[in-house]
Amino acid sequence: MWEHVLTIFIASALINNFVFSRYLGLCIFFGVTKKMETSIGMSFTFTAVMLIGAALNWVIYEYVMIPFHLGFLKIVIFIGVVAAFVQAADTIMKKVTPALYYKLGIYLALIVTNCIILAVPLINAEEHYSLFESMALALGSGLGFSLALIIMASIREKLELADVPKSFQGLPISFVLTGLIALAFLGFSGMITL
Amino acid sequence: MYEELSNVLIQILSQALSIFTHKLIPLVGVGGSVETLEKVPWEYVVFGLVVLAALGVVFGVALAIVAARFVVKTDPKVDLVRDVLPGANCGACGFAGCMGYAENVVANPEVAVNLCAPGKAAVAEKIAEITGKKAEKVDPKIARVFCQGGASLSQRKFIYTGVQDCAAAVLAAGGDKSCEYGCLGYATCMRACPFDAITMSADNLPIINADKCTACGKCVSACPKQVIELALMSKAVVISCHSRDKGGDTKKKCQVGCIACGICVRTCPVDAIKVENNIARIDHAKCIVCGLCVKKCPTSAIHDYHTARPKAIIDPAKCAGIDACAKVCPMNAISGELGTAHRVDQSKCIGCGMCAARCPKKAIDMVESVNAGSSHAASEKVGETVGV
Repeated sequence: MWEHVLTIFIASALINNFVFSRYLGLCIFFGVTKKMETSIGMSFTFTAVMLIGAALNWVIYEYVMIPFHLGFLKIVIFIGVVAAFVQAADTIMKKVTPALYYKLGIYLALIVTNCIILAVPLINAEEHYSLFESMALALGSGLGFSLALIIMASIREKLELADVPKSFQGLPISFVLTGLIALAFLGFSGMITL
Repeated sequence: MYEELSNVLIQILSQALSIFTHKLIPLVGVGGSVETLEKVPWEYVVFGLVVLAALGVVFGVALAIVAARFVVKTDPKVDLVRDVLPGANCGACGFAGCMGYAENVVANPEVAVNLCAPGKAAVAEKIAEITGKKAEKVDPKIARVFCQGGASLSQRKFIYTGVQDCAAAVLAAGGDKSCEYGCLGYATCMRACPFDAITMSADNLPIINADKCTACGKCVSACPKQVIELALMSKAVVISCHSRDKGGDTKKKCQVGCIACGICVRTCPVDAIKVENNIARIDHAKCIVCGLCVKKCPTSAIHDYHTARPKAIIDPAKCAGIDACAKVCPMNAISGELGTAHRVDQSKCIGCGMCAARCPKKAIDMVESVNAGSSHAASEKVGETVGV
């Protein structure tokens, strides 16, 4: 069982990296990677929200939605749970740790509407993962996303100094870069066979 | 016709009613466990409604409790300021979004009220009103062209017939102008200006319209020769040359270039000018905009953007006749016996203001000359008042 959990973790972080293999969460990916500082802040916030959101959604799916045959309401309920949790976390953080709030608070609002946050509970539900497997997927996806953010931020900070043709400056060259990194991530695909 | 319609209506109504009459609903859900069923039992619909309603109530109550339990008291001024701000979250103020600026401008007395670039003076005034911060004089900036060597005054290396654009011309051996620091004159800055503030003179040099220029910096980044810089509008005396060539070389290439002769350095009464790398630069922090260097420069490389300067007038009632003004006047425009009221020769006075600054009795006024009427001159002269 632990072997399976580890497999899910590595697969979601590297092989099925959400940004480079599934092309999800690109808006945040391009939005916050202009600076290393913001992308690190986003990485922490994102992974934490992902873990807690996936756990909450797993409990609700397992103990409310399955007994009541409400699988078809997955999308609505999962989004609602994540939004409520993030809103509550936002309010609590503002009071309890203002310093952390001012560092990470702006990312919380962005995360509510993020597709990876929704994709992880949906995959958990689809595959009927156990709690540990769900957590492994959430942690793996969060770390995979953080990896993508940090790789991209470190390249884009250097890109500021590069002599990029005018029509490619900004977003276009970032998309080209993402494609190249995605090619590199294809190299992981043979690592594990599920 | 009507029967058909009513039949359709009845069908729709009976379908709708079937929800309440406990019949099976021929509906198939999207995804989840229901898609395998041909018909969805009505209980599922009720479950869905109940569960969603319950979740909504639970989340609502939980959020309300959290909001009440962890309430953070904010200054009501922050909300007022936020409502005044444009809400574009552009970050030009240097804070994370409009809310960040609103919080900082209210909380921190050192944050200026005029940082909002899209809001301009109108927003700054409102913020000053809300926060009770003082309105101070702000010196606006303007784009200055650091080249006066137009087509008739400068030499060309070759005849350029390519695309009529500076960015293209500069690719051909750095442009056709002999002076590699000068304006190429293909009007790239004029096309870059979003406010139509730049026109090209007959001599192929850009002219900045001081009324229209907002110092946005678009022309500065568009110019491949870095000829345009942003400078304070009030510092109207500018050495309009960027040439780092030796004096002799500059002279060969351009009639109005700075030849680094150093006359301006010796002329300047406040030691604001320095010659470095074969070019004279004015330290605008020291410059008093007296305009003496403009008169003395042998190549007219220094430009005075004041189109009309004021004249010194001595109030005979206040004048103690101590001769201090006459000694300090660089043009020897002041005359008079010791102990009697002095006079200023208006034809010699260049309006530098040094006598007015020197006079211990404050007997000298700098008066705008009568014919200084153009709007251009007026807008160049003083900065507008913006709250700080």
